[in-house]
Amino acid sequence: MLQLVLFFVFGTIAVAAAVNLLAQRHPINSALSLIVVMASLAALFLLMGAEFLAAIQVIVYAGAIMVLFVFVIMLLNAGAEERTPGSRVAMLLGFPAVVLLAGSLAWTLLARNPRPAPVALGGGFVGSPTAIAQLLFRDFLLPFEVTSVLILIAIMGAVVLASPPRTTAGAASPEPPAKRER
Amino acid sequence: MLRLYVEEKMLSITTFVIVSVIKIVIALAVLLTAVAYTVWLERKLVGRIQNRWGPQRVGPFGLLQPLADGAKFIFKEDLTPPYVYKPLYIAAPILSLVLALTSISLVPIGNWVTVRGVRTPLEITDVNIGLLIILGITSLSVYGVALAGWSSNSKYSLLGSLRASAQMVSYEIALGVSLVGVLIMSGSLNLREIVDMQGGHMAGFIPRWNIFRGQIVAFFVYLAAAFAETNRVPFDLPEAETELVAGYHTEYSSMKFAMFFMAEYANMITAASIATLLFLGGWHGPLGGPWWLQAILPVFWFALKVFGFIFLYIWIRGTLPRFRYDQLMAFGWKFLFPIAVANVLVTSLIVALQK
Repeated sequence: MLQLVLFFVFGTIAVAAAVNLLAQRHPINSALSLIVVMASLAALFLLMGAEFLAAIQVIVYAGAIMVLFVFVIMLLNAGAEERTPGSRVAMLLGFPAVVLLAGSLAWTLLARNPRPAPVALGGGFVGSPTAIAQLLFRDFLLPFEVTSVLILIAIMGAVVLASPPRTTAGAASPEPPAKRER
Repeated sequence: MLRLYVEEKMLSITTFVIVSVIKIVIALAVLLTAVAYTVWLERKLVGRIQNRWGPQRVGPFGLLQPLADGAKFIFKEDLTPPYVYKPLYIAAPILSLVLALTSISLVPIGNWVTVRGVRTPLEITDVNIGLLIILGITSLSVYGVALAGWSSNSKYSLLGSLRASAQMVSYEIALGVSLVGVLIMSGSLNLREIVDMQGGHMAGFIPRWNIFRGQIVAFFVYLAAAFAETNRVPFDLPEAETELVAGYHTEYSSMKFAMFFMAEYANMITAASIATLLFLGGWHGPLGGPWWLQAILPVFWFALKVFGFIFLYIWIRGTLPRFRYDQLMAFGWKFLFPIAVANVLVTSLIVALQK
């Protein structure tokens, strides 16, 4: 009973923060709303008995990734975004596309698993560190490693994109002094 | 769900609430007193190191100085500078303090006690992923610092908070990885079980603390990373007063400043407690004795070890100069992190071979 109440409390908070994320005009408010979404998702994981997942959700997403978001927003000193009237194509096609996407997702999931079991609050979820480690490092080892290589490639790509362009002729043409930013 | 439900199900809900409220009140009072007197100790010791007196006017040895400071903070004018982003400016110190005080609730300071048939742990709650929850709360405490600097709308604050968030995110990795060795050895994330693993002696007299069982490298990595996480000298770049006035809390005054101040010292105490629990055997100590002594001694040992860490914090503050910022980042990423990873590899190899 208490768990059901908590489920609705955190579910409401998560949805409200997600809507707030879209409605806010200042990027830092949006980022903070996203943190609230992450935290309430962690609480929902906890209610299902996946305490390890919940802790990792807070440590990795709320504690590391979102810190980088906030960091970048602070560094760029991003101001409030401007509202544009929005394109007509998006207005016309947006809602049907959402319905289509949700429908196909639901259809696929139901086709694979015709009688989904209701979520058991308060336990039963296989989420201990041992169970997750066995899934990650034994049963799904190859996909896991491939994903990590993929992320490594993405990081290298970011470094290449961010590094200053090399001069082609080499030492013949020294770089012009960098223009003073103002 | 959490261990809480298994262990404390026997209590009725009323007893549970009453016991919890009592424990919360006691923990808060003890922690805040400890914070106040850590400040006193720091001023006194740093004074000693720098060959001066430190506080000595208020009370004997200046012992009432924290009270005077508290009164001063309360009665000072609470300025809000113009052009700050008000919601976050107000929320940031509250966030800092709340997170700093929350994490202490999971730190076990002694065995379970039974009072009038009610059996309860000495910390506020005993959960089976206690360490992860503390790490999670600490990782969230970056936001207090980051938002304070950003919302103050001042260049010193912003630079301070940028430094702080970069530093805390970087050192968090070395800190987390340095703990993995201990976790592999004890096979649990429950702080109480980790401490129980360290009871007893090896070869008759060496305590089975993790620091003596091959985790000494991890201990020093943790120590360095914890100094950086709590923004203490020699890693106190976020509030380097020679460059940044006071860093992220430049624009704060009165109780809002005091909240950051208390949060910093509470975080120090939490970091010291974690080091005690994971590396120094928690509440285990050498002395035996009659039952009433056995009831008090664990808490005493725990407090003594934490005090040792606080002393070390202050000693180092009085001794070492501040790092340069690029040195700080290079030290974290190129030195501490590889050492911590190597420690994990070696520890897991040894544990695997022993099985």
